[in-house]
Amino acid sequence: MNRSSIATHLILICGALFMTLPVWVAFATSTHAPETILREGLQIWPGGHFLETYNEVLFVEGGVMKKVTATTMLKNSLILGIGFAVGKVVISMLAAYAIVYFRFRLAVPLFWIIFMTLLLPLEVRIIPSYKVVADMGMLDTHAGLIIPLIASATGTFFFRQFFRSVPDELLEAARLDGATSWGFFIDILVPLSKTMIAAILIIMFVVGWNQYLWPLIMTTKEENYTLVIGIKQIYQVLNEGGELPQFQKAFALTILATLPPVLVVLIFQNWFVKGLVESEK
Amino acid sequence: MKRVQYEHSPIPYLFVAPQIIIIVIFFLWPAAQAVYQSFLLEDAFGLSSQFVWFRNYSDTILSGAWLQAAWFTMIFSFLVTFLSLGLALLLAVKANEVIQGASTYKTLLMWAYAIAPPVAGLMGNLMFNPLIGDLYGFMNAVGFDFDHKLDPVDAGFVVVLISVWKQVSVNFIFFLSGLQGIPKSVQEAALMDCKSSFRRFWTITFPLLAPTTFFLMVINITYAFFETFGIIDTTTQGAPGGATTTLVFKVFQDGFRGADIGGSSAQSVVLMLLVLALTVIQFRFIEKKVHY
Repeated sequence: MNRSSIATHLILICGALFMTLPVWVAFATSTHAPETILREGLQIWPGGHFLETYNEVLFVEGGVMKKVTATTMLKNSLILGIGFAVGKVVISMLAAYAIVYFRFRLAVPLFWIIFMTLLLPLEVRIIPSYKVVADMGMLDTHAGLIIPLIASATGTFFFRQFFRSVPDELLEAARLDGATSWGFFIDILVPLSKTMIAAILIIMFVVGWNQYLWPLIMTTKEENYTLVIGIKQIYQVLNEGGELPQFQKAFALTILATLPPVLVVLIFQNWFVKGLVESEK
Repeated sequence: MKRVQYEHSPIPYLFVAPQIIIIVIFFLWPAAQAVYQSFLLEDAFGLSSQFVWFRNYSDTILSGAWLQAAWFTMIFSFLVTFLSLGLALLLAVKANEVIQGASTYKTLLMWAYAIAPPVAGLMGNLMFNPLIGDLYGFMNAVGFDFDHKLDPVDAGFVVVLISVWKQVSVNFIFFLSGLQGIPKSVQEAALMDCKSSFRRFWTITFPLLAPTTFFLMVINITYAFFETFGIIDTTTQGAPGGATTTLVFKVFQDGFRGADIGGSSAQSVVLMLLVLALTVIQFRFIEKKVHY
């Protein structure tokens, strides 16, 4: 190895440590007893309290929150992540299909309405959105949590782009065979889009799982918390002080909230990168 | 446009309906409400309201607190964008150069994409916690009089550090895919013409990455404005004295905690205009493609 390639590796190793070490330290610290953490600070090596901490956080009521366990929050996070991803894909595929394959009068204005969602991130309409959902009686429901989030301009553009690249002959052939518009969509377009769908599902699962502001104002009852919202509660408990701060549980919760989306990204790495790079273009 | 299409029928409306209904109910209607409420002044009990033209705008936006938040958001966005892009570009160029261990590096550098901003915020918060956080101890040990609970600059440092950390991986992924898209022939030609890898980077590679960089700049500014809410909310909460309050955090604070609907709505409308400007810039340049 020459000198410049050693420097290259050195830079990369520093970068990798910078990105990885904080999470490792969080994990290692979560496996120690609260007294140890308080006495010695953050830990770089795992300790002997792994089972104890995670068992209490995951299964014991009152372990982290007052009533719910991290298992319940995990379930809520999964519902949000999967509902968000599936909802976005279904809704944007349908809309993209209509826009690409049909000639209809309102196509252009409807396209612009979809485009406008890019201009209206949740943050700029947060209070009225909350009111709408509250008026519809959908606070603290899965539907209220997921449905307002699933409109997607980027998803629609992505599938629109893809459908345009599908050869016209396919539709001609399908029509000769007497396929209805729905049949063509389900039997031909959806199977053709399999890889695209998988890539978008993976990205959107991660994005959905990580939603923060919307669930934060939408959920008032503990049993509806997602893990990411649990983080906020832990933050408040730690700030209030009290007896012995349960830092190991706070760290354990950050690890639990991180693990599922990280696993998804690692397992489906290639699809994930493809989906991210292509859907944002 | 497709050459072959289905003719007029009600069917396409059924296909777009779910998307459009959601957009109208949860996007357009609330946005219109925000604009409407920004012109109203409600009494303390929310029983009556009065049309006050632009008073909410002049009251909130000319207030010291809003200007402070706007100023902080500008500096914050600049630092986060500049630092996370710079770091990601460096790492992507190096990861594109190495042969041994390339895929391991790639995985280690991109996986943090999956971590939610508030989770990163809480982790960082704990690490800077004076009771246990070794980063807090370290900053003081190396000679800074470090206290992010009291000192605005230190608080800003913590928020910027966590926000940059969280954003490096996205930028890295896009830069790396941009670098891999540069044709081998161009790279080989550059290698023959120019020995210095430093000059080769600035004269050949970087200009070719310009479209990616520009696109990422817009993404990063948007991130710094909006998505860092989760980080601020789990670290400083805008303290000390509003020194780390971003514009989005202030909308949330005034609207939900302060129950100042009119003022919060006026701030929302200003943010809408800002997003509009960013989107216009983005589409303008993407159409032209940034080229030297």
